[in-house]
Amino acid sequence: MGLSLEQLTGWLAGVDEFWIQLAATIVKFIVVLLISLHVPPLMVWAERRIPALMQRRKGPNRVGIFRFRLFGLMQPLADTIKLIFKEEVVPDTAHKFFFHLAPVFVIFPALLVITAVPFGHPVTLGGYIFPMSVTRVDVGFLFVLAISSIAVYGISLAGWASNNKYSLLGGLRASAQMISYEIPLGMSLIPIVLIYGTLDLNEIVMQQQNVWGVFLAPISFVLFVVCMFAETNRAPFDMAEGESEIVAGYLTEYGTFKFSAFFLGEYVGMFTLSCLAATFFFGGWQIPFVSYETLVQISGSSLVASLIGMMVLLVKAAFFMWLYIWVRWTLPRFRYDQLMSLGWKFLLPLALANVVITAAVLVALQASRL
Amino acid sequence: MEQQAMNPYLPVLIFLVFGFIFGCIVSALSWLIGPRKYNKSKHEIYECGVPMVTSAREKNSVKFYLTAILFILFDIETVFLFLWAKSFNKLGWFGFVEVIVFIVILVVGYVYVVKRGALEWD
Repeated sequence: MGLSLEQLTGWLAGVDEFWIQLAATIVKFIVVLLISLHVPPLMVWAERRIPALMQRRKGPNRVGIFRFRLFGLMQPLADTIKLIFKEEVVPDTAHKFFFHLAPVFVIFPALLVITAVPFGHPVTLGGYIFPMSVTRVDVGFLFVLAISSIAVYGISLAGWASNNKYSLLGGLRASAQMISYEIPLGMSLIPIVLIYGTLDLNEIVMQQQNVWGVFLAPISFVLFVVCMFAETNRAPFDMAEGESEIVAGYLTEYGTFKFSAFFLGEYVGMFTLSCLAATFFFGGWQIPFVSYETLVQISGSSLVASLIGMMVLLVKAAFFMWLYIWVRWTLPRFRYDQLMSLGWKFLLPLALANVVITAAVLVALQASRL
Repeated sequence: MEQQAMNPYLPVLIFLVFGFIFGCIVSALSWLIGPRKYNKSKHEIYECGVPMVTSAREKNSVKFYLTAILFILFDIETVFLFLWAKSFNKLGWFGFVEVIVFIVILVVGYVYVVKRGALEWD
């Protein structure tokens, strides 16, 4: 390795910035993919171990590598291998094409949303600025909301294509629920845009250095968290796969790795929404009262400082992931009409009132400043 | 925001293509590796063990359809509010009053929908 740093930067200076950004994108792409694909197995493990602790059981603790049991951490891996080697049963009466297509439509929107999540302050290396998200869309806000709603297609397709009454009911319930809660979800974020005045996700994080969004827009936060649970079909809003009523909903006819594809989509979706909740309300990658400049001074490099920010964001996201599990084992399942009237008759007017009140306060503040 | 050297939607496109291929691989994996033995009753749809009574392509509650229509109405209005929220600082009182008028019209529609019982589930 006779290449010095100066030579490297000198060589890089000759290359068009497009190719450098593309290379950086591929690196970020791999990192983000690795993170988001490791979340589901960890979450499956946590979802069995944490309730076990809550109920004074042991949970899965047998599977390990040779004598190292690692608290059952290998359980999801064993499950995955088992699922891959199972026989795939496609019902004769199912619509074959859509039956195979549905899991794909659940996975790729979930993966796509993460591209816009800012994992840290943009890094400056050799004169180039690299954003710490896979892409930096200036309308990241709309992008996130738009892409995350594509998952509805996968679920309703799965329900319809199975040609099973349970599946159909589950698919209909899930899609009606997801689109109903998308309205309060979108509206709960309008006060955030009003306060920060930008649709760029990284800008929003930058402005939350000392005061988190949750203190400026507490009602928005509550609305967002409730809608987050409904959007991912998680307890207490999991009527879509309520096993006591409709077997497993849209998952009824799915087995093998297709079944885990739905799980993958669901858990990646949960992870993304957790990251977004942290970004909008908990200051994203910011450590409270420690500015990014101080962090750069302490660590001595903007890359290290941004990686610390990434860890901070992941910890905040982990909190929300844990909240999912906590709520699941605390609250009983809603009834479907209760769910719909909560969404349409309570959350929607509340979200509208929240928008109006926030706007009124901001406009009054603006007028008093002039 | 500063001009970026690369179109910010290019990584999105890469991720989209990759995500699609990844999804296809994931759902084809068991079909490639797992055993395949045909059995008529195994390949019937699951209806708690009894033979299939009728196809699932039947009439469904119109409420789901109604929910979808209401969603479109209210979601478009959310998008509209986003645009106003972005330029809120420039518009000031004028924008605020305009949006209040818009929201009042919307609330009238909402009250109508509620009164007609479109949101009642039985």
